Amino acid sequence: MPQHDYIELHQKRFGKRLDTEERARKKAARQPHELAEKAQNLKGLKAKMFNKERFKEKALMKKQMLAHEEKDIEVNVEDVKDGAVPTYLLDREQQQQSKVLTNMLKQKRQEKAGKWDVPIAKVKQMSEGEMFQVIESGKRKQKSWKRRINKVCFVPETFTRKPPKFERYIRPTGLRFKKANVTHPELQNYFQLAFIGCQEKSIICLIYYTWFLEVNVSELGLVTQTGKVIWSKYAQVTNNPELDGCINATLLV
Amino acid sequence: MDQTKKKIKPNQITLLPPDTRVFVTLINPYGEEAQKSLELSVNTTKEELQSILQQLVKTEEDQVYSFFHNNIELVDTLNQLIASDPEYKLENTFSLTYHPQSLFRIQPITRQTAALEGHEQPVLCVQFRTQGDVLATGSGDTTIRLWDMLTETPIATLKGHKNWVLCLAWSPDCKYIASGSHDGQVCIWDVETNQLKGQPLIGHTKWVTSIAWQPMHLDEECTLVASSSKDGSVRIWSRISLSCLISINAHQKAITKMLWGGQGYIYTASEDTTIGVWNKSGKRVQELKGHGHWVNSIALHTDYTIRCACFSEGNTEINRKQAKVLYDKMLNGKNERLVSASDDQTLMLWEYTSSKPKVRMTGHQQQVNHVQFSPDGRYIVSASFDKSLRIWDGYNGNWIATLRGHVGSVYQVSWSSDSRYMLSASKDSTLKLWSLQKKKLAFDLPGHADEVYAVDWAPIGGEKAGSGGKDRRVKIWRH
Repeated sequence: MPQHDYIELHQKRFGKRLDTEERARKKAARQPHELAEKAQNLKGLKAKMFNKERFKEKALMKKQMLAHEEKDIEVNVEDVKDGAVPTYLLDREQQQQSKVLTNMLKQKRQEKAGKWDVPIAKVKQMSEGEMFQVIESGKRKQKSWKRRINKVCFVPETFTRKPPKFERYIRPTGLRFKKANVTHPELQNYFQLAFIGCQEKSIICLIYYTWFLEVNVSELGLVTQTGKVIWSKYAQVTNNPELDGCINATLLV
Repeated sequence: MDQTKKKIKPNQITLLPPDTRVFVTLINPYGEEAQKSLELSVNTTKEELQSILQQLVKTEEDQVYSFFHNNIELVDTLNQLIASDPEYKLENTFSLTYHPQSLFRIQPITRQTAALEGHEQPVLCVQFRTQGDVLATGSGDTTIRLWDMLTETPIATLKGHKNWVLCLAWSPDCKYIASGSHDGQVCIWDVETNQLKGQPLIGHTKWVTSIAWQPMHLDEECTLVASSSKDGSVRIWSRISLSCLISINAHQKAITKMLWGGQGYIYTASEDTTIGVWNKSGKRVQELKGHGHWVNSIALHTDYTIRCACFSEGNTEINRKQAKVLYDKMLNGKNERLVSASDDQTLMLWEYTSSKPKVRMTGHQQQVNHVQFSPDGRYIVSASFDKSLRIWDGYNGNWIATLRGHVGSVYQVSWSSDSRYMLSASKDSTLKLWSLQKKKLAFDLPGHADEVYAVDWAPIGGEKAGSGGKDRRVKIWRH
């Protein structure tokens, strides 16, 4: 290896050889052959070192070739997404008919609990002892014809109590509800809907776990195929309302 | 002859004696007086008034007029109309506003005749060819499909876009379709061969929101088409050279709707709450400021005239010279009126000469999504997310009526070509036909399985209407 730039100095002073370009070209042309010979015949440590160098060089070359070819490669077609919307809806985040749900914590809690996957249980039959609490009355507390309803009940708007002396069934006001939190299993969000009645049109309308309610869905704006507006649907209760203080139900679609 | 104000009881109509003469002032739709103080007998009928008006206004064809006083129509004789106004005194002149009526009647749409399958994704835009014989629909499956209206069968599928086809527009001579997609590309299709002309036009960086061709009376060959995009720019392309001639950086925010008006100006409605008025060399002529929130939709009173410029009733040949004649007649020496609908729940009436609105129309309770002038320019109907439609006077913006009936947001609305019926498409999957004269629901048109995104009524002929929506079906309706 030249120790100083005496070669360059000589070339400056006296000029290059007349055939330097040709010689350099021919030398470069011989390189691949020499490298190939080395690659095939080297052994031992020298071979290891040579192979390592060659590997790195090849990797670099591949990258460069790809970069050159990029011009010719066609642009990857982006996948066309689902859920096409017209221009006037594009910049709007269309909330699927749901109302509140802005509290992030609430959402996270719900997601953790897997709220949407509530299996619909079979309708349970309740025994009288569960539904009613015997209330003793009279001067010596011996009469026991009064009953207090333990479960949540629905009272229609036109409901008036019988005179207290004669009423057999006491409906505590704390257990009377008008609204239910109804979840829509497909839309996966909930609404607070007023309910209209129970499935059975009896005098006492009790609501407990697994029983059915009729809810007023007019605010959801559902329409049948023939154009009629749907205003009531059935929902099944999914919690114990008398213990929780609210009625949760899933809409039966 | 009473000087005091009389209160008219519903069953009692006090008619003036038949030989009384009253002074009548005829007022044209713009509010200007055509003829002052005509002395007429109280028993003058509608026909007699018409012949008087025809002589005064000197119209060429047999133009039919209807007469109004305080928005009550003259049905029998002048006497009846006078009786309906309790405040009228005999010494004053009785004002009668006249409006030209369309000579033809369109039958109301009552039923569905076809549910065309084919699109694999929701149908986003629907437009009839002006002659009414072909329907073009663009969808989220990146194709445009052409449907023949006579047989209600598909003609062709135009493939070339790489993303949802958001908007499409027929050229004024209906030989070409320009369409814009969600990836910002604009394609021009030759309808005679059903092929894409050249390559998709690239230039916009975000999705294309609307497309408009230059009206025929400004350029008979229909060479220029403009497209607006979410990136806030308007690009004018040449159909012949298939290149972008001008790119106007119109707004900072998205342009929601763009129209090419008949006076040569391009109107752009934007999410930055303003409407820009530009000429086709890219210079801004006016900035219409007034809204408080996004401007969702704009409409010109000459929209229908521009669309049907070269086609006449009953004749499918193209008459390019006719376009200018019809347009000038519609303009009638004034400027084009523009109405805009906004997220701030109001509409505004504008003329490009002033940057302040002429009228501010309030009443809607939620965002107003779509607004359309009636084909004769007399009325404006607005569709809103508050599930109602409102009718307004097209000249002075006065509220006329509210149409309720939908149970979900109303997305789009379309007029029949005689301005007597309106068809509205809503999120609740129904279409509803509303009668203008009765100002209420005429027919309920259910049938779609999901939200209806687009609706169009055939302009010439007006027999059929088409709608498309989220359920991927294109439905054809007729009487």
